[in-house]
Amino acid sequence: MLKEIRPAIILLVLLTLITGLAYPLAMTVIAGVIFPNQAQGSLIEKDGKVVGSSLIGQVFADDKYFHGRPSATNAPDPKDATKTVDAPYNASNSMGSNLGPTSKALAERIKGDVDTLKKENASAAIPVDLVTTSGSGLDPHISPEAALFQVPRVAKARSLPEPQVRALVESNVEGRTLGLLGEPRVNVLKLNLALDALKS
Amino acid sequence: MTTIGWIQILLFCAIIVALAPLLGAYMTRVFSGERTFLSPVLRPVEAVIYWLGGVDEKREQHWLTYTIAMLLFHVGGFLILYALMRLQASLPFNPAEQSNVAPDLAFNTAVSFITNTNWQNYGGEGTMSYLTQMLGLTHQNFLSAATGIVLAVALIRGFARASAKTVGNFWIDITRCTLYILLPICIVYTIFLVWQGMPQTLGAYVEATTLEGAKQTIAVGPVASQVAIKMLGTNGGGFFNANAAHPFENPTALSNFIQMLSIFVLGAALTNVFGRMVGNQRQGWAILAVMGILFIAGVAVCYWAEAHGTETLNALGLTGGNMEGKEVRFGIVASALFAVITTAASCGAVNAMHDSFTALGGMIPLINMQLGEIIIGGVGAGLYGMLLFVILTIFIAGLMVGRTPEYVGKKIEAKEVKMAMLAILAMPLMMLGWTAVAAVNPQALTQLGNAGPHGFSEMLYLYVSSTANNGSAFGGITANTMFFNITGAVAMFVGRFFMIIPAMAIAGSLAEKKSVAASSGTFPTTGGLFIGLTVGVILVVGGLTFFPALALGPIVEHLAMQANTVF
Repeated sequence: MLKEIRPAIILLVLLTLITGLAYPLAMTVIAGVIFPNQAQGSLIEKDGKVVGSSLIGQVFADDKYFHGRPSATNAPDPKDATKTVDAPYNASNSMGSNLGPTSKALAERIKGDVDTLKKENASAAIPVDLVTTSGSGLDPHISPEAALFQVPRVAKARSLPEPQVRALVESNVEGRTLGLLGEPRVNVLKLNLALDALKS
Repeated sequence: MTTIGWIQILLFCAIIVALAPLLGAYMTRVFSGERTFLSPVLRPVEAVIYWLGGVDEKREQHWLTYTIAMLLFHVGGFLILYALMRLQASLPFNPAEQSNVAPDLAFNTAVSFITNTNWQNYGGEGTMSYLTQMLGLTHQNFLSAATGIVLAVALIRGFARASAKTVGNFWIDITRCTLYILLPICIVYTIFLVWQGMPQTLGAYVEATTLEGAKQTIAVGPVASQVAIKMLGTNGGGFFNANAAHPFENPTALSNFIQMLSIFVLGAALTNVFGRMVGNQRQGWAILAVMGILFIAGVAVCYWAEAHGTETLNALGLTGGNMEGKEVRFGIVASALFAVITTAASCGAVNAMHDSFTALGGMIPLINMQLGEIIIGGVGAGLYGMLLFVILTIFIAGLMVGRTPEYVGKKIEAKEVKMAMLAILAMPLMMLGWTAVAAVNPQALTQLGNAGPHGFSEMLYLYVSSTANNGSAFGGITANTMFFNITGAVAMFVGRFFMIIPAMAIAGSLAEKKSVAASSGTFPTTGGLFIGLTVGVILVVGGLTFFPALALGPIVEHLAMQANTVF
């Protein structure tokens, strides 16, 4: 058994250095050269300032923007560090609601959101993704139906004709990868940036 | 359920079946010590490692020495990881200024990573420095995965050899596995993931000003290099708290599909390695068929349940399935499929929150883990878990006809059956025993995230996932407490080593036996009868053991859900 101690120590150290330092550091350098934008987090700049990442959702509450899905992320309470407060789209603390199918809290939350949305647009069916929180709380996408649902509100707030806004949504729909994988979706931040660009 | 959904599922299965023999052939060469196309680059590195470590390439080890070498390696890995977490505040690569990890959390996490569980009681982006993520977690992802694979290979050698005293050399196996199999795949895989949008940087968290003028701190880091081995090695410990649901940890539908493939590919290939090493590939295919039957059944139930949605949603006229806790880019089918895959293998990565699954949809991951993660399973661990069930099946078949049972030319006798039963019994003891203890601990009950039967499921899931070394969670439970950290660590430890050590004892015992030629009385182990019987034994053993606990959790919750009862 004693003769196994030397390889145990040496191999542990060598393999640790190879897999724990050499490999991630080399990959960081290579990735930074080949795909610099993705490696930094797919950041979007506008007028020289970072406005977000195309992969990370952010809060949109204003009527003139398309809204993302509800988010369950939180942040430490500034008054009491042992507690947390709701902080939607907190991109340094990803999490889902973790509420189960028979949760009263979940049922009440969804009911409240449905009532609000019905007032906004009574003519269309409410898409399920608009009233459910995502797994990460940072979902950058909504379904095409969820975007179309919001068209009347956004058009009204911006005094734009509805067909123009609808056409913008439709041109921002990303289809299934290879026509097969995943689901059709709309990136909310990209759509809102396109919307802002319409005016100018 | 949609046609395009089922096409995705079948495409997944077809690719795994196609890759298994290709990778199986390569892995067989690696573990037989033969030259491969990577040898010109890697052989010099390998030789230097052996020279420095004083490893004699011609010397093989008895199963006990092999096991001791593995355990020594784990002790060292545990110490490095624990020390890194306890000291990270004073070490470099810490731009987010994370403080040192608390002792009980560091203990739980270190046990979790050396046992290939990768349970996340820590928050990832909120707890760990970049150095801990790389030198501690990424490195341990490699080594715990490599350990699983080489132990499976040692067990296979036990079946394949006759009248042999040794089962291989742990140091050579672990070095070759890391250098020839895991690292090359991870390098290509990391570049693919970055292309899809995964960050790989040592820079600080990004401060963004949103379109509405709010501040948003975006956590980044050396994500891709860790995720590659996290998936390939069925580790599953996330860089971020939300794991593979986080858009940085799984940016696109394509990255999701490849991640699912990478969870299964090595485990599936090992069944082929088994077939090749015992001299009949059909033995490997038979085992893969048993796994495939159980897998498809699980996918069908989970996909149906999630697409059907919950009564809460249906009562409000919301169609489109249960999207709570799921990401739009994956939708229902890729979330349900991922959940079944990650718990069939011992991965534990999640791309949707299992806690928010429907009662029956969430029961499938539980059952997968309770059966011991033998459907593909953890890299290596799945194969030796399945071989334990095969030994039991052969034994039962032998009892029925009154003959000493044989499997791939080896007589299965009292010692093998006793060892297999030790492993098969240790699992439910941890899973159910600790759940029972937690259920009567008032302090533990205050940590649940959901009331009613779902709260019980959260505790059951915690110990099932820990014991099975899976690491996925019903995340509503606040498990970062002294009680859960310690009891969870015990469950992970027993779940890993009470599986490994009996499996190695079987390997040693089988290797010493003579090989017997198949006769007309030998039960054929490549046909439909054997496949059906093994599936039956797995379901009967699992069903009898776990049905009462499932009845208290998901089953009663399903009935409550149908009555639209909320808690």
